[in-house]
Amino acid sequence: MVSRRSDAPSQSGCGLLQADNVTYEYGAHVSGRTQGSPLRVDGGDRAGTDQSSARAGVHGVSLSVAEGDLVGIIGPNGSGKTTLLRLLAGLLRPSSGRVMLGGRDLHSFSRRELARRVAVVPQETRLAFDFTVQEIVLMGRFPHLGPFEMEGRDDVAIAREALRSTGTLDLADRPFATLSGGEKQRVIIAGALAQAAAVMLLDEPTAALDPGYQLEITALLRRLNAERRVTMVVATHDLNRAAALCTDLVLMRAGRVLGGGPTRDALTRENIRRLYDVEADVAFSERAGHVTVVPIRRV
Amino acid sequence: MSLKRRVFLTVLVFGLAALGACTLAPLVGSTPVSLRRVFDRSIPFAENPDAQIFFVARLPRTVAAALVGSALATAGVVFQALLRNPLATPFTLGVSAGAALGAMLAITFPVSLAFAGVSSVPIASFAGALGAVAIVYALSTVRRQGLSTEVLLLAGITLNAFFSSLILFIQYLADFSQTFRTVRWLMGDLDVAGYTPILASLPFTLLAFAVFAWLPRVLNLLTLGADAAAARGVDVVRSQRLAFFSASLATGAAVSLGGPVGFIGIIVPHMVRLMVGSDHRVVLPASALFGAAFLVGCDVLSRSVMSPMELPVGILTAMIGGPFFLWLLLRQR
Repeated sequence: MVSRRSDAPSQSGCGLLQADNVTYEYGAHVSGRTQGSPLRVDGGDRAGTDQSSARAGVHGVSLSVAEGDLVGIIGPNGSGKTTLLRLLAGLLRPSSGRVMLGGRDLHSFSRRELARRVAVVPQETRLAFDFTVQEIVLMGRFPHLGPFEMEGRDDVAIAREALRSTGTLDLADRPFATLSGGEKQRVIIAGALAQAAAVMLLDEPTAALDPGYQLEITALLRRLNAERRVTMVVATHDLNRAAALCTDLVLMRAGRVLGGGPTRDALTRENIRRLYDVEADVAFSERAGHVTVVPIRRV
Repeated sequence: MSLKRRVFLTVLVFGLAALGACTLAPLVGSTPVSLRRVFDRSIPFAENPDAQIFFVARLPRTVAAALVGSALATAGVVFQALLRNPLATPFTLGVSAGAALGAMLAITFPVSLAFAGVSSVPIASFAGALGAVAIVYALSTVRRQGLSTEVLLLAGITLNAFFSSLILFIQYLADFSQTFRTVRWLMGDLDVAGYTPILASLPFTLLAFAVFAWLPRVLNLLTLGADAAAARGVDVVRSQRLAFFSASLATGAAVSLGGPVGFIGIIVPHMVRLMVGSDHRVVLPASALFGAAFLVGCDVLSRSVMSPMELPVGILTAMIGGPFFLWLLLRQR
C-alpha cells in the first residue's frame, strides 16, 4: 500500500483501487451527488454519531490500495474519511481527480457492474420493514441477477456460504430486527460477501458495538481478508481498532492526507498529535498482538 | 418454500379472494339476485332482469371498487418503501388531496381536452397527484436527512389542508347544484354511472401496474437506505423517479374514479405484510389483490349497513383506518 501527499499523484502505482488527486466539496457541487441519492430517508445509513464528518469534503487526495490489502483510514471527526470512502465506492463523483478500479475509471462502470466489484458495509443498518436474515443476505445477489430474475439455487447456496463464514447460519430465518448489534453487523458483512465483490469498503464497522462485538468483528474481517483475499478499506476513528485490524493506515485531517504506511510505523505519538492534537501513550501490547493507544490529554 | 412458490401461492389465494368478492358483491342489494339466473345463458339478456341488475346496475360499482382499492393499496406500498416510512400513503402524504384538486378542477371547469379521446378528469387528477408528490420529493431532497415521521406527518397535514382549501374555494365558485355531487365524491364514493369512467381511468391504472411489475426487488433494496441500495447495484435516482411517477399515476387514476378514499394505502399493505412478510415481490401483488377484495367488501358493507341508504365508502374506510393509523403510530418507537 502506498499513500502519498497530494503533490505526488503521478507516482501512484497500479493498485487495485486508486484515487488520483481527488477533490470533493459539498454544496459547491450539488450535481455530483447523482450517483448516490438526493433522497436520504429517516437517517438510515449514517445515523448518529458522525454527521459532521459526513459533510466534510476532501482535497487532492491520492492513495493506492493493492489487492489483498487491509487499509485503515484514520482521522478525527470531520476529516473527510466517510467522504473519501463514498468516493471510493462511487457513491459520490469527484469534482476533480479520478478514482480508478483495476485501471478503469470508477464512473465508467454501471451501478451493477460496480456492485459486482465493490461492496460497502455501513456503520449501522436500520430497516424500514423487517426482512429475515437470509433475505437481507440474498439482496447482495442483486447485481448478479437480471431485472426480473429470481434468486436461484446457486444464489441461495452462495448466501448460505456467506452466512456460514460469518458464523450466522443459525440465524438465517430470524427477523433482522431481533438481532443484536454484533449479529446485525455480521449479517451485513455476509451480504457484502454474497455480493462476491473483490473490494469491501467499511465505514466505522465497529463504532456502534460494545468491546466484545468489536473484537468479534475485527477477527472476522481479518479472517475474511486472509482466507478470501478480500481487499478492505476501513474508515474509523478508533485507533485501537485500526491497530488491531489494519496492515496499513492512511492519516487524514481536514480533508487532506497527512501521510500513511504500515500500521506500526504510522501509528506514532507524533502522528497522533498531528491528527488529533492529542498527546497519547503508544505501546506494543504482546497480549493484544498490536499497538495500543491511550489518549492522555488534549494539546 | 422457494420464492416462486410463495409468489404463486399468494397470488392464487388473494386472487381467489378478490374474484370471490367481485362475484358476490353485486348480489347484495335491495333486490335479491340469483347468481344462477345471472349466468344462465339460455335466457336472452333483455329478458333477464337478474343479469341486467348484476351487469348494468351493480357490477360497474364493484369493478370500480376493485380498481380503486387495488391502485391505492399498491401506491401505499410503493410510497412506504420509497420514503422508508410505514405511515406514508397517498392519503396521509396529501397526494390523494392533490389528485382530488386536479379532478375537481376538471369536473368544475370542463375543458374538452381531446387527448385521443381520453377524458380530462384522470389526466387532471394525475397531474394533481404528481404535483403533490413533487412537493414531498422536494421536501425529502432539501432536508438531506430525509423524511422523518414528524416531517412526513406535518407535510401531509399541511398539503391536505392546503389542497382542501383550494377545493373548497372551487366549490364555492361552482354551481350550487354540483355541490352535493362533489361533496359525496370527496368523501370517497364509488357510485359510478356505468362503465365509462372506469374505462377512462383504466389506461392509467394499467400503465402504473406495468411499472410496478418492475419495482419489487428495487423496493426491497431501498428499504435498506439509498446508499446501501446503490452499493448493491441499484440506480437509485432512476428507480425513485419511476416509483414516484407510477405511484402518482395509480393514485390519480383511483381518485378520478372513486374520490380520495382514505386509509386503504395503509390498512391493506400492513395487513398483507403481517400475512406474507416484507418481500415486495410478494407484498406488491398481494396488496393489489387484497386491496381490491378489501374495498369491494367495505363497499358492500357501506351499501348495506343503512340500507336503502348508500354511505360513501370513504366514510367507512376512514372509520376503520383512523384507529388503525393511530395504532401503527403508537407501535412505532
